[in-house]
Amino acid sequence: MLSGFLLRALDRRTWIVLLLLVAIGLAVPALNLFTDPSSPIHVPTYVVALLGKYLTYALLALSVDLIWGYCGILSLGHGAFFALGGYAMGMYLMRQIGARGVYANPTLPDFMVFLNWKELPWFWYGFDMFWFAALMVLVVPGLLAFVFGWFAFRSRVTGVYLSIITQAMTYALLLAFFRNDMGFGGNNGLTDFKDILGFNIQADTTRGALFLASALALALGFLVCRAVIASKFGKVLVAVRDAESRTRFIGYRVEGYKLVVFVLSAMMAGVAGALYVPQVGIINPGEFAPANSIEAVIWVAVGGRGTLIGPIVGAVLVNFAKTWFTTGMLAEYWLFVLGGLFVAVTLFLPKGVVGTFIGRKGANRPGNGIPAAPAAQPQPAE
Amino acid sequence: MNEKAKNSLLYLDGVSVSFDGFKALNALSLVIEPGEMRAIIGPNGAGKTTMMDVITGKTKPDEGDVYFSGSVDLRRMDEASIASLGIGRKFQKPTVFESHSVWDNLELALAGPRGPFAMLFHKRTRAEEERIEAILTTIRLGEKRDWLAANLSHGQKQWLEIGMLLAQEPKLLLVDEPAAGMTDAETAETAILLKEIAKTKSVVVVEHDMTFVRDLDVKVTVLHEGSVLSEGTLDHVSADPRVVEVYLGR
Ligand SMILES: Nc1ncnc2c1ncn2[C@@H]1O[C@H](COP(=O)(O)OP(=O)(O)OP(=O)(O)O)[C@@H](O)[C@H]1O
Ligand SMILES: [Mg+2]
Repeated sequence: MLSGFLLRALDRRTWIVLLLLVAIGLAVPALNLFTDPSSPIHVPTYVVALLGKYLTYALLALSVDLIWGYCGILSLGHGAFFALGGYAMGMYLMRQIGARGVYANPTLPDFMVFLNWKELPWFWYGFDMFWFAALMVLVVPGLLAFVFGWFAFRSRVTGVYLSIITQAMTYALLLAFFRNDMGFGGNNGLTDFKDILGFNIQADTTRGALFLASALALALGFLVCRAVIASKFGKVLVAVRDAESRTRFIGYRVEGYKLVVFVLSAMMAGVAGALYVPQVGIINPGEFAPANSIEAVIWVAVGGRGTLIGPIVGAVLVNFAKTWFTTGMLAEYWLFVLGGLFVAVTLFLPKGVVGTFIGRKGANRPGNGIPAAPAAQPQPAE
Repeated sequence: MNEKAKNSLLYLDGVSVSFDGFKALNALSLVIEPGEMRAIIGPNGAGKTTMMDVITGKTKPDEGDVYFSGSVDLRRMDEASIASLGIGRKFQKPTVFESHSVWDNLELALAGPRGPFAMLFHKRTRAEEERIEAILTTIRLGEKRDWLAANLSHGQKQWLEIGMLLAQEPKLLLVDEPAAGMTDAETAETAILLKEIAKTKSVVVVEHDMTFVRDLDVKVTVLHEGSVLSEGTLDHVSADPRVVEVYLGR
C-alpha cells in the first residue's frame, strides 16, 4: 500500500529532481574530500556547511509549500517546528559531550551545572540515545502541530487569523525558550557540540555525511509531498484551497484533512531543523523569531507557491543572495532587499520563478495531474 | 413527532433564523415527500438560500425542527455528515474547484469514503471511471473532461456542478437557481435534465425564471419574508392575490 502510494508519485520530473538531489548530495562532499585544496574544482569545507544549511532551508520551504501552496494554510509560524526539531537534535548533541564539558559533569550539560542544577530534568531523559532523539525530532513538532491544528481547524480559524495565531505561537515559544529555567540553555541555547553518533562533528567527513543526509532528507521530503499531492487526498487539499465550504458540502470533513497535512508538514520542518543544527553548530531561541517564519514564506513565494520545486529553488536563491549581501558592506540593507523582493515577486511574478518559467505539462491529465498552482494572492474561498 | 414528519423525506417546522435581529426565516414550515420535486420561488431576500443553508448545516436555526428521512435531526450535524447522509447542494453562484479538471471535479464528488487516510491510499476503480464517464455524457462535458474548470463558460460550470451533485448519488438534491446566467436554450435543457434526475431522486429547485418553473411542471412553494406565502400548482399560486401583491408590490 505504502509502496504503491510512493510509486504513483514517480513521474519523469520527480525522477529528475530526486536524481539531481542525490547527485548533488554525493558530488559536493566528494569535491571537498577527494580533491586537492588548490584544485579549481575543490569545494572548501565552509561551503559544504553553507550549502548543507541551504538544503535544510529548502526542506523547511517545501513543508511550507505543502500546506500553503496546496491547502491554502498560510503558516507564519513554521520556524517553530524547525526550531523544535533543532532543539531535539541539539539535546542529543549536548548529551554526547558527556564529561568533556567545561565543568566535566558526565551527565549534566554545562549550562545546568552553571545554574547549580543537581539533576537532569525529566524531559532530558532519553536524549543520550540517538534513536530517541530522532524520534522526538518528529514527535515534538508533530504533537504541537496536532494540538494547535486540532483547536484552530475545528473552530474554523482561517486566513489572516490563522496566520496571526501561528505567529503568536512561535513568539510565545521564543519567549519561553529565552528563560533559563525552561531548561534549554536560555538565550545561549545549545552549542559547543563535539560528536554525532561518535564521529567528530567538525571533521570534513562528518560534514560531508551531514550534507548527504540533508540532500537525501530533501529528496525524501519531495517524494512524500509529490505522493501526497498525486493522491486523491491531494486533490481534496486543493479543493479546500479553492473552495473550502464547497468541499464540506460534498462530504469531506475539512478539519481532518488540514490536521493531517499540517502535522506532516510540521514533521518535515522538524527534520529540517534537526539537520540544520549539527551543520551550523548551535541552536538558540532566535530560531523561534517570527521573522524567520516569514522569511520561509518569502522563499516559497519567490520560488513559486504550489509547485514543490519552486520552494527548493526559492530557498536556495534567496539564501544565496542573503549570504552574498550580508557578508558585504550592504549588510544593513538586506531586510529592505528581502521586503522589496517579496513585493516585486507578488506584483510581477505571482507564480514565482518556477511557476512562471517552467510550464506544468500534464496539469490537466485526469490520472496524475498536478493541480495548477494558485497565484500568490489567496483566492477568496467563498 | 407527527405522522407527517415520519413519512417525509425532508421536514421543516417552525424554523426561524435571524441575522442581527433581522428574521431571514420566520417560522418556516415545509414538507418534501420521498421522490417529490418541488420548485421554490419568491422575491429577492425571501430566504430561499438561507433555507438551504439551514438544511445543509451551514446555518443553525434559532428555533424549529429540521428532520431528514423522518427521524434524522439535521440541526445536530455538520455539513460533511449531512452531505454523507445523501443531501447534495448546488450553489446559487456556481462553485466548482477551479484549478481542478472537469474530471477531477467529478471524481472528488463521487460517492464513497471521505476520510483522509482512505483518500491517501485510494486507487480509482474501473467502476468509478465508468460512473464518471456516464455523468460526463449526461452533463455533456465529455469533450471537456481535461479542461480546468476555471476555463468553462458560466453555463458549463452550472452543469458541472449539477454533475457533481449526481456523482454524490444523493437522495435529495437542493438546487439553487440553476438557470441563472444561462441562455434560453441552456435553460430549457437544464429543465429537461432536472426532470430526468427527478425520476429517481427528490429535488428542491429554487428559481426566479418563471418559464423554467413552468417547464418543470411541479408543485410550487412561494416564500416571502422568511415564511411560506402560498403553495400549489404554478397556476394556483399565480392566481393567489397575496403572491401577485408581493411580486407587483416590489
Ligand atoms: N449571513 C448573513 N448575514 C446577514 N444577513 C444575511 C445573511 N445571509 C442572508 N442574509 C439576509 O437574509 C435575507 C434572506 O437572504 P437569502 O439569501 O436567503 O435570500 P434569497 O431568497 O436566496 O434571495 P435571492 O433571490 O436574492 O437569492 C436577505 O435579506 C439577506 O440579506
Ligand atoms: Mg438566494
